[in-house]
Amino acid sequence: MKKDIILAGVGGQGILSIAATISIAAMDADLYLRQAEVHGMSQRGGAVQSHLRLSSENIFSDLITQGKADMIIAIEPMEALRYLNVLSKNGWVITNTNPVINISDYPDIDDILNEIKKVPHHVALNADQIAKDLGSPKSANIVILGAASPHLAIDFSILENAIRKIFDKKGEKIVRLNLDALNAGKEFSKKYNNKQS
Amino acid sequence: MQKLLLLGDEAIAQGGIDAGISGIFAYPGTPSTEITEYVQNSREASGKGIRAIWSANEKTAMETALGMSYAGKRAMACMKHVGLNVAADPFINSAMTGANGGLIVVSADDPSMHSSQNEQDSRFYGKFAMIPVLEPSNQQEAYDMVYYGYELSEKLGFPVMMRITTRLAHSRAVVIRKAPKAQNQLKLPENIKQFILLPVFARKRYKILLENQVAFEKAGEESGFNRYFDAEDKSLGIIACGIAYNYLLENYHEGKVPYPILKICQYPVPKRLIRRIYEENNELLVLEEGYPMIEEMLKGILNIGKEVHGRLDGTLPRDGELNPNLVGKALGKQQEDIMDIPEFVKGRPPKLCDGCGHIDAFLAINEAMNGYSKGRVFSDIGCYTLSALKPLESINSCVDMGASITMAIGAADAGLVPAVAAIGDSTFTHSGITGLLDAVNSKSPITVFILDNLTTAMTGGQNSLAFGKIEEICKGLGVKEEHIRVITPLRKHHEENIKLIKEELEYNDVSVIIPRRECIQTLNKRMRAKHKPKTE
Ligand SMILES: Cc1ncc(C[n+]2csc(CCOP(=O)(O)OP(=O)(O)O)c2C)c(N)n1
Repeated sequence: MKKDIILAGVGGQGILSIAATISIAAMDADLYLRQAEVHGMSQRGGAVQSHLRLSSENIFSDLITQGKADMIIAIEPMEALRYLNVLSKNGWVITNTNPVINISDYPDIDDILNEIKKVPHHVALNADQIAKDLGSPKSANIVILGAASPHLAIDFSILENAIRKIFDKKGEKIVRLNLDALNAGKEFSKKYNNKQS
Repeated sequence: MQKLLLLGDEAIAQGGIDAGISGIFAYPGTPSTEITEYVQNSREASGKGIRAIWSANEKTAMETALGMSYAGKRAMACMKHVGLNVAADPFINSAMTGANGGLIVVSADDPSMHSSQNEQDSRFYGKFAMIPVLEPSNQQEAYDMVYYGYELSEKLGFPVMMRITTRLAHSRAVVIRKAPKAQNQLKLPENIKQFILLPVFARKRYKILLENQVAFEKAGEESGFNRYFDAEDKSLGIIACGIAYNYLLENYHEGKVPYPILKICQYPVPKRLIRRIYEENNELLVLEEGYPMIEEMLKGILNIGKEVHGRLDGTLPRDGELNPNLVGKALGKQQEDIMDIPEFVKGRPPKLCDGCGHIDAFLAINEAMNGYSKGRVFSDIGCYTLSALKPLESINSCVDMGASITMAIGAADAGLVPAVAAIGDSTFTHSGITGLLDAVNSKSPITVFILDNLTTAMTGGQNSLAFGKIEEICKGLGVKEEHIRVITPLRKHHEENIKLIKEELEYNDVSVIIPRRECIQTLNKRMRAKHKPKTE
């Protein structure tokens, strides 16, 4: 088993929480793991990305080779496209459709969504809306993680456990909300792909 | 033993805790910051009474660590690569004094300049100081090397440098811990004159340093961190340093490289092994993260031996960090067919946060300076440097920490009056104070903005040593009290702030204006902590 994943978003959106959750789950599943993060300057509202690598075999590089990633998980749609050159031709794009427009020359959102739909395997969802409907607007990142979960090759219950560990300190209510968010993402993803095929 | 998921930085910190350090001293700087933060947040470390301190700058951090080593205890000093320029004097001279308690100096390089003003390679500093350098290729090795490095430092009686780069610093992997060791007892050097570098003693110490070079090289052969992996195909021998080794293995199924490899993770360079790889193979390829240091040594000036490929002959790019693709290309490997990134995807550079006080400060500065010709604002390093970009475009320089005030003095001396300096609160105590003293003594017609957001924001909000002290410091240096002025950078004070700034620009001697408003990030963090639900 091998999953090379690019996590993408804008500084402050919470890609590191997704990374931490998958990482804990991978450790529980006894997988090898590497996770390269971006700290420092670009965290100030800039483009941020993380390379996350899981494997049942030893992993050498912290960085994923171009054209070999199995998945891009993005909390922002233009950021999903920024790393297309790393994605394998059979790879998945799981992305939020809700844009973060903090630059003056942000492209037309329809162009972005069209481009995403050209990727053979993709799931596009308005995670902010889903999170808001659940009463947990800050959990959009976990909704996205839920949408990616059917393609991660990690048992869903292991992911749920990881969510519990990550949010444990913040109290039972927050744990519950994030588990709901994870589930909602998963359900959306399943339906989405049934519709597509 | 216990397994932990750690950043490279955190592995170094945990290695230090387990090796029995008594103190870690640092000034924040990407990508080194998380080493000290990890120790500060570690309950285990505080239980053991380990000092984990943000010093005023890298020089004071290095000297404090050296003092702890003098007293017989294990100490660590951490900094980003350019921080080592600031600490260079005590660093180079610590090789002369030697160490008593184990001493490790960590310098974190930033090839590709993700968050830095250059991509200097700290291995040269190690070579310059003539001390052993450890360059881990992965997180486990980073941990193990710190554990080993303290033994080595005490056995040899010299400080040891650890050089890492951004990728390792900020990448996580599982690390297996070793048994924690107790801290050293207080114990002064056997020769109580060892640390006195008067020429008469220093000449002796230098001979000792020179004599020890053989032992340093031998240590690298015995530690197992430098290794020769032989293989059938002798058409090419590959020297791979630090994390470049991973990119090499990544390019072959199960990491099975058909060529002989010399993996170098400890310096001085292992001459015996280098001779072997040179003699047994037709050509060489050198993979180094950073400058082509070993490649250059191998080629020499005349370049008359076997072919040596790397960054100097275009096989690899001359600048920037390596990755599996670049290394694959250098090896002639077929590259994957890749999807194109649509052209309409726009860059998203970092910017000042919404609600940042620096924005209002620079809006006022911009407007107050409208009447003067452009090009007079000397700035420094911190979040406020982002005011160089659109839409503010306020500043005209950013060179090294502290350079704003001193460059303004020079420009004013050259006739650019008024000249303005813009410096953050943490940068001011890092290395702005001495420059301000220069300005006062030479009655320089400059206006210094000390942008006080009450924190060290750029690196994630560490305590600023300037907190609550700036006015007193300026007064103490001799700035006239009536020309030390505090303003609140808020929209609603815009007009009065402009008026005040204009007054001080007119003043023909040193004035200091302190725009003071808490960083929006630390403010939010504080609010969140206040409203956090109580856990039982
Ligand atoms: C010699 C050196 N040490 C450390 C750094 C890393 N660094 C860049 S900006 C900065 C913090 C500056 O803080 P402050 O001056 O208070 O400005 P702020 O970011 O809060 O606006 C640090 C530590 C550096 N670039 N050079």
